[in-house]
Amino acid sequence: MIAIDGSSTVFPITEAVAEEFQLVSSGARVTVGISGTGGGFSKFCAGETDLSNASRPIKPVEVAACQAAGIDFVELPVAYDGIAVVVHPSNDWVDALTIDDLKRMWEPAAQGTVARWEQVRTGWPETELHLFGPGADSGTFDYFTDVIVGDEGASRGDFTSSEDDNVLVQGVSTDELALGFFGYAYYEENRDRLRLVPVDDGDDTNGAGPIAASPDTVRDGTYRPLSRPVFVYVSTASLARPEVAAFVDFYLDQGADLVREVGYVPLSPNEYELIAGRVEARVTGSMFGEGQDAGVTLAELLVQPTHP
Amino acid sequence: MSVSSRGRLERAIEHLLFACASVSILVTIGILSVLVFETVQFFRTVSPIEFLFGTTWTPLFFDKQFGVLPLVAGTVLVSSVAMAVALPAGLLTAIYLSEYAPTSVRRVVKPVLEVLAGVPTVVYGYFALLFVTPLLQQLVPGLAGFNALSPGLVMGIMILPMVSSLSEDALHSVPSGLREAAYALGATRAQATVRVVVPAAFSGISAAAILAVSRAIGETMIVTIAAGQQPRLTGNPLVPIETMTAYIVQVSLGDTPAGTIEYQTIFAVGMLLFVSTFALNMVSQWLRERLREEYS
Repeated sequence: MIAIDGSSTVFPITEAVAEEFQLVSSGARVTVGISGTGGGFSKFCAGETDLSNASRPIKPVEVAACQAAGIDFVELPVAYDGIAVVVHPSNDWVDALTIDDLKRMWEPAAQGTVARWEQVRTGWPETELHLFGPGADSGTFDYFTDVIVGDEGASRGDFTSSEDDNVLVQGVSTDELALGFFGYAYYEENRDRLRLVPVDDGDDTNGAGPIAASPDTVRDGTYRPLSRPVFVYVSTASLARPEVAAFVDFYLDQGADLVREVGYVPLSPNEYELIAGRVEARVTGSMFGEGQDAGVTLAELLVQPTHP
Repeated sequence: MSVSSRGRLERAIEHLLFACASVSILVTIGILSVLVFETVQFFRTVSPIEFLFGTTWTPLFFDKQFGVLPLVAGTVLVSSVAMAVALPAGLLTAIYLSEYAPTSVRRVVKPVLEVLAGVPTVVYGYFALLFVTPLLQQLVPGLAGFNALSPGLVMGIMILPMVSSLSEDALHSVPSGLREAAYALGATRAQATVRVVVPAAFSGISAAAILAVSRAIGETMIVTIAAGQQPRLTGNPLVPIETMTAYIVQVSLGDTPAGTIEYQTIFAVGMLLFVSTFALNMVSQWLRERLREEYS
């Protein structure tokens, strides 16, 4: 019996891997819960789960909690997720957005004041701006506010928020004045009802000009900053059990196809190999220390020493 | 069976029935105490003035504002649209059924209307979102995918049977002597209906209307699905809004930790909802009793 809990963003991948794994290894049972990244880590560091899904790297306080309980872990990036910024297909004024445009729309100061498109950029229509985004319990919301506004959780509150990405798709696809953001997988599934907006991060070293989210731009690190790796953490105590070790091997070996199938972007084969090597060598701790530069690619991080 | 054992059995049954009746009362008391307890906790942090008169509602976000008016506005807006449909249509249906319809028609129309009341509200919700809204978008330019208009119209259809059925009861209970007197004075059927029967049943019809308003305010599923989730202080039925009930659903579905101020907001909003529907139900009850007195 392998117990897994954590992020709802990573859930579809781990669930798909778990299903396949249970087919090929008779007898092994895998349960996957969705308590959110933070909720998952509190169970993981209490020794209740073997693996933990996370849509962000483990935080230093969570590392401390694990250490206090004597739990060592190996950090496994398993896929990339991009955040798609979308508008209604009939929107003909937005061709691209800069980070500053997005910030102007979403920062807390915009609450109650930035209510029309022309306030985002002069020359855009004087019509109302209808915003749609994930709710405050979502990892995507945390990540978006962190990289766009500069402070995790800092956002205006007067927009249509839902934990259910299908509601956001429905909202943007039926409202000509809408702009929304959510996981790339949901754009991929509804591409005929939405228009994807390229995002310019103003940094030409990782691709010049506005760049649209796609599996390629997410993987090669040019769709910055709205793409991120997602993780699975496994405790070394659990790794000592053959069925857990077999599951992790299976995840890294067969995961790429399943990741693609459920709408996420797989890492490169080379990266999966590097990660498998870290599992083999039981390299514990996180690659992401305090204030880790989000622009470094995984391949670079994977060969660096970890933080304790 | 001896007399004494019969008596014991009777008493046992009596106790059992009393216990059954108390369950619902105890549950109500339980719900009310939880509501009051959490609401009091909430008002330790947020002043009632700010809650009742503030114009921004963003308790889940960075700049926390606890003004409930945008949610109240959303609820009032959707309910007004619903009443604009249900009241005239329901009243006219009731007049037709009570004063004009032949028995054969009535025997068919009444049950059909009651079927409307039996449709699950989740079905109405998706009917509004996926059928009525796209249809309205062809006619109303600038109508957003989530709006107050479409769920309001559908909610109006949903509460129509309630208005018509209760109004028909009120019209029916007007003594036929009044109608006959009107005819004797040379009134046509229309004149008798509009000038005599409807005014005579007025308190019953008002009771029906108020009960319908209370039902509209408390309706949850339709607005959660089709009205949007953006608290907005507006009277414009074409843009996304959020009602009090939809807000409670939204917070209950996320993983907001118990005991936090975000969590307590749903009880404060719930309390407001409870107080408003309770007051409306009391008024409706009082009006119906007055009607009963008039003709007894």
